[in-house]
Amino acid sequence: MRKVYSKIESITGNVITVAADNVKNDDLAEVSSAHGKSLARVIRLDKGKVSLQVFAGAKGVSTGDEVRFLGHPMKISCSENLLGRIFDGSGMPRDNGPELEENLIEIGGPSVNPSKRIIPKNMVRTGIPMIDVFNSLVESQKLPIFSSSGEPYNELLARIAMQAEVDMIILGGMGLKYDDYLFFKETLEEGGALSRTIFFVHTAADPIVECLLVPDISLAVAEQFALQGKKVLVLLTDMTNFADAMKENAITMEQVPSNRGYPGDLYSQLASRYEKAVDFEGSGSITILAVTTMPGDDVTHPVPDNTGYITEGQFYLKNGRIEPFGSLSRLKQQVNKDTRADHRALMDGMIKLYSAYKEALEKKSMGFRMSDWDNKLLKYGAIFEEQLMSLSVNIPLEKALDKGWEILAECFSKEETGLRTELLNKFWPKKD
Amino acid sequence: MSDIVEKKSSGKVVGVNGNMITIEVTGNVLMNEIGYVVINTAEGVKKLKAEVIRIKGKYADMQVYEMTRGVGEGDEVELTGEMLAVTLGPGLLGQVFDGLQNPLPKLAEQSGFFLERGVYLPALPGDKKWHFTPCVKAGDTVYRADAIGSVPEGIFNHKIMVPFNMYDTYKIKSIAAEGEYTVNEKIAAITDTKGKVYPLTMSFQWPVKRAIDAYAERLKPVDPMITKVRLIDTFFPVAKGGTYCIPGPFGAGKTVLQQITSKNAEVDIVIIAACGERAGEVVEELKEFPELIDPKTGRSLMERTMIICNTSSMPVASREASVYTAVTLAEYYREMGLHVLLLADSTSRWAQAMREMSGRLEEIPGEEAFPAYLESSIAAFYERAGIVRLKDGSLGSVTIGGTVSPAGGNFEEPVTQATLKVVGAFHGLSRERSDARKYPAIHPLESWSKYKSGAVDNDMIEYARNIMFRGNDVGQMMKVVGEEGTSIGDYITYLKEELLDSVYIQQNSFDEVDAAVPVERQAHIFNILLKILAAEFNGFTVKDEVRSYFNQLRQCFLDYNGTIWGSDEFKKKEAELLEMLASKQTGSDENAAALLAKIK
Repeated sequence: MRKVYSKIESITGNVITVAADNVKNDDLAEVSSAHGKSLARVIRLDKGKVSLQVFAGAKGVSTGDEVRFLGHPMKISCSENLLGRIFDGSGMPRDNGPELEENLIEIGGPSVNPSKRIIPKNMVRTGIPMIDVFNSLVESQKLPIFSSSGEPYNELLARIAMQAEVDMIILGGMGLKYDDYLFFKETLEEGGALSRTIFFVHTAADPIVECLLVPDISLAVAEQFALQGKKVLVLLTDMTNFADAMKENAITMEQVPSNRGYPGDLYSQLASRYEKAVDFEGSGSITILAVTTMPGDDVTHPVPDNTGYITEGQFYLKNGRIEPFGSLSRLKQQVNKDTRADHRALMDGMIKLYSAYKEALEKKSMGFRMSDWDNKLLKYGAIFEEQLMSLSVNIPLEKALDKGWEILAECFSKEETGLRTELLNKFWPKKD
Repeated sequence: MSDIVEKKSSGKVVGVNGNMITIEVTGNVLMNEIGYVVINTAEGVKKLKAEVIRIKGKYADMQVYEMTRGVGEGDEVELTGEMLAVTLGPGLLGQVFDGLQNPLPKLAEQSGFFLERGVYLPALPGDKKWHFTPCVKAGDTVYRADAIGSVPEGIFNHKIMVPFNMYDTYKIKSIAAEGEYTVNEKIAAITDTKGKVYPLTMSFQWPVKRAIDAYAERLKPVDPMITKVRLIDTFFPVAKGGTYCIPGPFGAGKTVLQQITSKNAEVDIVIIAACGERAGEVVEELKEFPELIDPKTGRSLMERTMIICNTSSMPVASREASVYTAVTLAEYYREMGLHVLLLADSTSRWAQAMREMSGRLEEIPGEEAFPAYLESSIAAFYERAGIVRLKDGSLGSVTIGGTVSPAGGNFEEPVTQATLKVVGAFHGLSRERSDARKYPAIHPLESWSKYKSGAVDNDMIEYARNIMFRGNDVGQMMKVVGEEGTSIGDYITYLKEELLDSVYIQQNSFDEVDAAVPVERQAHIFNILLKILAAEFNGFTVKDEVRSYFNQLRQCFLDYNGTIWGSDEFKKKEAELLEMLASKQTGSDENAAALLAKIK
């Protein structure tokens, strides 16, 4: 029988301190207060004093409340029964389903041995041309979606969740607005994708500590399924809220802040989550797509900046479109050579022309005279934006490539595209 | 081995804060001493490696090289009495280590996909037999770092030396005959001046945070270290034994540039320290290198490479150690008269590891919360590079190239600034150039090198740089006044700068020929380029004509770059290019007359 402590010595922010012995770092405890029971995690030991982070927050916790140590670190049940279910940040059901207790696994486990990793080689098709054609998503890739706050990033994630060719989806919500949470739930229900999805959702109204747990829980579960041979896509939204929760926590713990108040280990903390993306040789894989909202639309803000150094590229969501400039999938070279012979060339060619369109647009806005060529570019840019870039476009890769050729043929002559002759002969749409 | 505390002490854990623990020590404790925290877990007893980083009375703070989950008060700590050290000996080349010199592939054999805590394996294979040939006989006098024999290791002759931490004068008491031995077998016994006998094996330990100084003297770095990247070798060269840094925002191609350098650099050994970066990037090297052939030796590239890999999700404390591990291994091979290149990617992550620890120690923070000793630590690290004359007269060198990942791509931050103070060359990457797909994205106007180039005459480089600056000015002006407001003379300067940029500064790393350009070829094509840069074209009146002429020149030059050096095709393209130049050239710049005379 474990000892129960009933003298809490100090309470700061969400952290309580009790004098206790025989406690291990990272162990769980249960704090019973007038408002109910909450789990807490040991985060610091100091000469007989144990500091614990209370998941439900320390609001309303009395110095006389009971603390019972459970003698093990945070664990979560992981089985097929999780599919279609919705949990909160501490792993408790948020739907009205039963609590699950079979096959408990530890969260935040060790990292993968780099020598066991393999070079990624499979594309994840999403049906979104700006991803499939121009910046292909690759199995085991980790990619953030950089976005300013008003952009439809959750709509984009929901669409990817419904369409991506993977075995299962784990959606980790951090600081979600309640309506966004309902939006995800309804969209996936309607789209019939709920049965292959597991939700771990922390809404903005929930205690901040639970926000910190969401990525670890989501990824620990993903890892288990991946080891069982499943292709798992983990969608995280919004990692900036996660970083802000870390900031809040670090500051109440009186840690020295480094950059704009964020803790000095922001990079390592983000990396240890993102690096969970992996392709297990002979087994499944984890692919991570994470929304990072950029405060003030500033990519040099510490959160997007540190993220960019960790991830394998990034998608920029701007004006409701995935921007072709700046967006980059560092792994696309591994897969886009094997899709169709024209994939790479068309991708480069169309982007070059689109960048020429941008220049023409700038010239126009400055009042310079438009040449014939400029007018062609303006026409091209408009069609391209409408028929391929718009997020409402939903076509498979091959159709998207055909569409690309059609757009080119509509605006330019063969020579003007700058594409290789053999490709032009093969793919240029024939006029009837 | 007298500098080691004789009696081992022990301690008990009294505090845990992240990856830092506080212990209460009985007995003496050494600063930076290594200890093992003994914990009981569900999987059994585990020993976690940790290092003493602060001593206060009977308490010592230690950074643990692993996750501290499950560490509790009262847990035993076994202190070793030794500082963090690496094992030096034959068998290091071709290996992949973590920051503490654990062989990662071996760990994988034992623990599978994940890096299990508390598993430490010997760095050198204990069962492999090496063919040892002695070069001393009984009765000979030897000092530290003197060779007592050698074994072949891949393409190199690996010297077996008297350990560097033996500072006395020794007599050889016995030495093994030529034959096959493992690294753990005794191959010699030596006697010090007091008559004490020490057995020697082929391997020994050296603490990573102390520079190996067993050479005769340190020299000034002069000879260039060829990277086969035109922009570096010609404009911003790096000397053997020198230092350079590559700062750049994410996505500007730091790691790609390091990878290209690690493949093509003309040195004996390359050590890659992947410090706190993406694991995926290391994987490319791990899988590619064994299959790539080193053109110089005809053997697999892996035979001259070592990878120290402590990626971003691996424990932070061993990330801090990893750069020291890497540089110590580099210094060891330098003692054999070899030229070693150490590529550290990225030193910012290493600095951040120091910052994390400093924060846990609650030290007073400096700029951006980096510790006050950031600058001296960076300086001390880069100072471990250098070209040295060994006691037998041969030369060996360690060249260090470190990438820096400045927050927000802004070079005004502490790590970049502290690095710029101590390095000999600065290859600053620019987002603007990488966005425009101009690779390598080293900024040609802002970068610098204090070393003198070996590839091309310095006055010629100066002339080209001058055109670069002037052309850039014209380009800036044209943005305001448009092409219409620019004189045709200025416009030609602008086009010359663009030509220089696209045919010489930019290099296509995907093209088989263009990816690696030997210095002879660099010098040769630079002469041709100089002729174009110094040429006057007074016949033009319409800007479109000039542009289309320069476009042709560029196309021809790019094709020329793609031909095999010295082939018929190469000569044909060169003739074509010169003919194209002659067709429009009306004279030459007077200021360049002396330079052009040098070419002939």
